[in-house]
Amino acid sequence: MSHYYTATDHFVLVPAIMLALFGCAILLFDFLVFPDPRQRKYLLFFLILGEGFAGYGLWSQHAHLVADGMNAYVAFNGSLTADGFSIFFNWIFLVATVIVAMVSYKYLEIEGEHHGEYYSLLMFAQCGMFFLSAGTDLITLFIGLELMALCFYVMVGFLRTEKRSNEAAMKYLLLGAFSSGFLVYGFSIMYGISGSTKLDLIAASIAVRSPFDPLVLLALATTSVGLLFKISAVPFHMWAPDAYEGAPTTVTAYLSVASKAASIAFLLRMFYGDLAPLASARPVWEPILSFVAVATMTVGNLAAINQSNIKRLLAYSSISHAGYMMLGLIAGNATGIKGIAVYIMVYTFMNLGAFMVLVALRRKGIIGEDLDDIAGLMQKSPGYALLMLIFLLSLAGIPPTAGFLGKYYIFLSLIETHHYTLAVIATLYVAVAIYYYFRIVRSMFVRDLTEKAPLSTSFGLRVALGVSGILTLAIGIYPEPFLKLAGTSLLH
Amino acid sequence: MNDHLLSLVLFTPLAGLLVLLFIPSRQKELIKIWANLASFAGFLISLPLVSRFDKGVSGFQFVERANWIPTLGAQYLIGIDGISLLLIMLTTVIGFIAILSSWNAVHDRLKEYYCMFLLLQVGMLGVFMSLDFFLFYVFWELVLVPMYFIIAVWGGPRKLYAAIKFFLYTLAGSVLMLLGILTLYFQYATQFGHYTFEISELMKLSLPLGLQQWVFWAFFLGFAIKVPMFPFHTWLPDAHVEAPTAGSVILASVLLKMGTYGFMRFSLPLLPKASVDQTIVQVLAVLSIIGIVYGALVSLMQKDWKKLVAYSSVSHLGFCTLGIFALNPNGLAGSVLQQINHGISTGMLFLIIGVVYERRHTREISEYGGLAHVMPKYAVIFAIAMLSSAGLPLLNGFVGEFTILQGAFEASHVWAAFAVSGVIFGAAYLLWLYQRTMLGQITNGKNLHLPDLSLREVVVFLPLIAWAIWIGVYPKPYFDLLEKPVQQIVERVRPGYYQGGVQAATRPGPGVRGRGPEVSGQ
Repeated sequence: MSHYYTATDHFVLVPAIMLALFGCAILLFDFLVFPDPRQRKYLLFFLILGEGFAGYGLWSQHAHLVADGMNAYVAFNGSLTADGFSIFFNWIFLVATVIVAMVSYKYLEIEGEHHGEYYSLLMFAQCGMFFLSAGTDLITLFIGLELMALCFYVMVGFLRTEKRSNEAAMKYLLLGAFSSGFLVYGFSIMYGISGSTKLDLIAASIAVRSPFDPLVLLALATTSVGLLFKISAVPFHMWAPDAYEGAPTTVTAYLSVASKAASIAFLLRMFYGDLAPLASARPVWEPILSFVAVATMTVGNLAAINQSNIKRLLAYSSISHAGYMMLGLIAGNATGIKGIAVYIMVYTFMNLGAFMVLVALRRKGIIGEDLDDIAGLMQKSPGYALLMLIFLLSLAGIPPTAGFLGKYYIFLSLIETHHYTLAVIATLYVAVAIYYYFRIVRSMFVRDLTEKAPLSTSFGLRVALGVSGILTLAIGIYPEPFLKLAGTSLLH
Repeated sequence: MNDHLLSLVLFTPLAGLLVLLFIPSRQKELIKIWANLASFAGFLISLPLVSRFDKGVSGFQFVERANWIPTLGAQYLIGIDGISLLLIMLTTVIGFIAILSSWNAVHDRLKEYYCMFLLLQVGMLGVFMSLDFFLFYVFWELVLVPMYFIIAVWGGPRKLYAAIKFFLYTLAGSVLMLLGILTLYFQYATQFGHYTFEISELMKLSLPLGLQQWVFWAFFLGFAIKVPMFPFHTWLPDAHVEAPTAGSVILASVLLKMGTYGFMRFSLPLLPKASVDQTIVQVLAVLSIIGIVYGALVSLMQKDWKKLVAYSSVSHLGFCTLGIFALNPNGLAGSVLQQINHGISTGMLFLIIGVVYERRHTREISEYGGLAHVMPKYAVIFAIAMLSSAGLPLLNGFVGEFTILQGAFEASHVWAAFAVSGVIFGAAYLLWLYQRTMLGQITNGKNLHLPDLSLREVVVFLPLIAWAIWIGVYPKPYFDLLEKPVQQIVERVRPGYYQGGVQAATRPGPGVRGRGPEVSGQ
């Protein structure tokens, strides 16, 4: 270990190293060891093994933080930080990646696009997310963001022969590149203001200026555009429904959960806490973000009402969820930030769960994304229908499912900070949301069975669905341990 | 045993449900038998609550407390007083009867059907037991889902519309109520330094009137939509008309009482200043009176039998809310009793409609006439149900309405005068309904050979008839049961009422005027 690469540096970096290593190993094994396409599902074990090592790295980071009584380990001269926040979010990414990988092999076989690099892309994307949540330096953050985004551009277009998938990838790529440009422009202004790329130094330089200083305003505006694009907030949400609908369903699930969680983590790093560059500009951005959050909930919820494609419906609903999470930032107290963590945690399971049921609906020759395709599911596969009901109730935020707790914290934080109007708007959209979620429920439970072909299931899918379903209920009924876990994520 | 009796009552239907899940759907008879047994067991287990309840003690009994979510300060805290005891008994009795009455009415997807009813039962019992606001809210929302399915899957032609309307209306109200709950929760934390949802702790809060008013309106939306009070009643006729018979019975008899119960258990004790505020009391009383008169007038005009009974619920529930906001012992006690009475008599009326609907598959009043000739047993039972609903002395409805009117009179003579008109209209639409369907000659040939009630159908009605007569003839045990809890509520909203106005409480009359200045509605 040298001056440039200390033991702490290594300790903080271990999860990312594991992800990158195993991602590369999968690429090698794919054509060296498993030339037969039917054997490719064994690559899943390498992914899980790699995630196991990464998880061990995260766990030991957490254990050492507790043992040393420290808030954070700072590595690479302040470019990377392992704190409760990054560890919590990395657990979310890890769980999401494993779940998505488990449901993918059968789905990709049906699509006829089962390639080994899919698993590597998942791991590389997760590696990017690691840097997004742990990075405290503009360059690190940007590299993390691009690593994640590039993997997603490829994965969204993974169905090479399908027009929808290609179109989605192209749209996502063009708009994504454009938004990255905005983000980098914002970064350059921050560098200009402070002469540094470290978040804490930038924060200190911006804090001494007035929030209405033109340079600060410009940095804020351009950075926000890039960030809001990533979390698909209105008016930068246009790509989301198309990308979600065109991408392979497993990738849609991953995109809507992990990518969103990583972007929210990034947003919080930039906007909240002592180290956040833009925290001191709150007087400027609070009203703007409030407006954006309300617009996001409005567009997401109202546009979802008329969708007949379930993937598209869930895409719009995930836009509205981004609006709810932004409300936690707007409230900006400990409850609000904890609320975002809880929300992200429950959202991971319920949203992945809902998409997994769609994955099971995709069979040979049946696309299975329409409200008609799910009709009468209760008569055919009651287990899947009931799980879907639980996920949808949770997405709407009805107790005793997990989704209620996410909404509970967000509402409470709004009340604590006297944002009563926002609170009323946010609660009333719950009633709107239940309307379109129950269009799916109605189709499953009330309408008659039209499509008799059995669902396509696999061992991985059943396990992943079962775990998500159980957790969605368990977090709702006995949330105590999960709330404690989310409580460790507070930014200092 | 005594320690966990209440939990046992609460979770018996859930246990029944879990077993039911493992019975294969093909075993239709077994499913029916098991569901009936489970709900009957639920009723039997609730009986010891009555015998062991000590009506001389004020406060809550059978209290069980366990830490649930310490991070939030939410507990598993349940307990009952006289008010909740009556409503719980109503729930277990009606729950059993509703399931029993479905024996021949429902043929497809039996397993899901009975599961939904058992789940509904858990939710309703939980609402009436919870002494922790978080727990209460969970049960309150839990009720919505099974009721949605009961209407949407087994309902009539416009079932989907009615089901989602029911869901959206009540959900919109309850999420706003959640904001009110969170406001109290947060205020408590700022005043006392820790978070709790316990009702008796939240009662220690002293809040300025302005804030109490806001919270009151938030609660009001949640409860008033559930009751439903005018002008939030429009979901009710749709839901009732489309729901299957047993669903209507549960909906009218128990579900609506969750709203009135909410007013008594939460709005009044937690927000005492807002509850005696001139404007609020006036608005609530006026809405109740509009509900009474409007519901009755609309009932008069109905051509659909079930819709008539549905609107009569709006009218009867208007009495209940009027009694609550008379804010005196007579009004409150009468209101609780009338809630039970409405559960009994309207439950019977819906069952009666279910009987002919199973036979003729229509609810048009004009399709019937002279049924008393072919269905004599049916005619007798209908007569009893109708008279109990209309408030004939010696039957239950009279006692409740009379006590509420006494309370209303004490609060304001004008209120009482308007409310009395509701009694008259009530008698009118019910008697007219009876005349059009039961009396005269049989005008429609299809009715000539309708079979009379079977033994099972008679058995369904017997307990309700017996209960109606008991309350009508000897209501004293009920008033004894309600005395302490009602006294607590009145003391809470109008401190010193009992010292200053003992006579007022027992002897309504001219001496009352001028007392309780907050609520003189003149």
